[in-house]
Amino acid sequence: MCLAVPGRVLTIYAERGTTMADVDFGGARKKVCLAYLPETQVGEYVIVHVGFAIQRLDEASALETLATFERMGLLAEEFGEPSGEPFGEAGREAAAEPDGKSRPAVPQ
Amino acid sequence: MKYLDEFGDPDLARALLDRIHAATTQPWAIMEVCGGQTHSIIRHGIDQLLPAGLELIHGPGCPVCVTPLETIDRALAIARRPEVTFCSFGDMLRVPGSRDDLFTIKSQGGDVRVVYSPLDALTIAGENPDRQVVFFGIGFETTAPANAMTVVQARRLGIPNFSLLVSHVLVPPAIAAIMESPACRVQAFLAAGHVCSVMGLSQYHPLAQRYRVPIVVTGFEPLDLLEGIRRTVVQLEEGRHEVENAYPRAVPAAGNPAAQAVLEDVFEVTDRTWRGIGSIPGSGWRLSQRYAEYDAERRFDVTGIRTDESPLCRSGEVLQGLIKPTECAAFGRECTPRMPLGATMVSTEGACAAYHAYRRLDVAPT
Repeated sequence: MCLAVPGRVLTIYAERGTTMADVDFGGARKKVCLAYLPETQVGEYVIVHVGFAIQRLDEASALETLATFERMGLLAEEFGEPSGEPFGEAGREAAAEPDGKSRPAVPQ
Repeated sequence: MKYLDEFGDPDLARALLDRIHAATTQPWAIMEVCGGQTHSIIRHGIDQLLPAGLELIHGPGCPVCVTPLETIDRALAIARRPEVTFCSFGDMLRVPGSRDDLFTIKSQGGDVRVVYSPLDALTIAGENPDRQVVFFGIGFETTAPANAMTVVQARRLGIPNFSLLVSHVLVPPAIAAIMESPACRVQAFLAAGHVCSVMGLSQYHPLAQRYRVPIVVTGFEPLDLLEGIRRTVVQLEEGRHEVENAYPRAVPAAGNPAAQAVLEDVFEVTDRTWRGIGSIPGSGWRLSQRYAEYDAERRFDVTGIRTDESPLCRSGEVLQGLIKPTECAAFGRECTPRMPLGATMVSTEGACAAYHAYRRLDVAPT
């Protein structure tokens, strides 16, 4: 029930006074209500739960998280064993960010 | 699919697992609150790859499982009425009430329909003005915005024959209740990512402080779960208890303020009984006075409900993390997804269903 899936916004339109979108989920197309993310643009990714976009997917953050994981893998390969905490601090700052914007974990 | 598949990469998973093994020096017990995360953990075998003594306790975050029996019985009574079209998420159809389930009522000719979204139920109501269309509005904070917006739309579009049977539940009071329990073994929490996508992080800081537990907001894919576990272990080992966000691509610290505003308008906090667990103060949402006319409980005066729980079912202990599903004598015998005794065996988020799908061969026949 709390599962939600990222999809890419294809078109945005008004229907019965509500902002709706057609969203592509890896080939499957579904109609999604954008009432909670009115500033969404075509081409952006949104996270969809029971027909509603509940959050936008921050693509830059997604890529940075993956890059951080990648870096941990490379470090382990290079040094033979894991060492240090490459992004513990950045994550804690992201959680504590007071202005409401998440800051992704950025590799130092 | 983009932004899903990348977070299941086996090489990166290995790297994260290595980090977890290196960081762990003693046994720890971490609860993943969300049943969706439980399924992902069991399906991918993540719990079996962790260091010995690093235990994942499965939490009560399965809305279908914790919906109180009395509410299920009330739903069944409403669904039986000839003027009612009863709409629900599919998970709910096989959840056992005291005597039968929605599936039985449907098979006996009742107008019970599975919908993908509550908006679909509103469309049915608009197209069938002579029917009373009821949507079974269950779920955590992730699902509540959809149900809230549907009620707002019903009023705006003037669809009077729609109503909502509401049984929403809230994560933070459940975390508090788990920590207050004398039987509590939980030392840290993986918080449910998509609940926080809606509600943000602010409710979790006081919990982490009061109970001195690390809380790490975690996603659902294997790498997300491993990173959540890694960060929790690092905090436990260092003696810290903070809120961290390991799922920043989907969780801004403030959540979704537009959704929060509508939730505040449409719902109000109420005490809620959790099936198998008991009453937790302030742990639910019901429709506010402003939207009381859309409340199915008021519209259909159902009385005389006498609940009757299966004496064999131990789902309450499973939901509280006191036993694993396979420790129940009925697991895979009297209780299967086809003939469930409890809701935890039905739902795609129930721990018993997860173990039955992926682990039932591990249980030695006796």
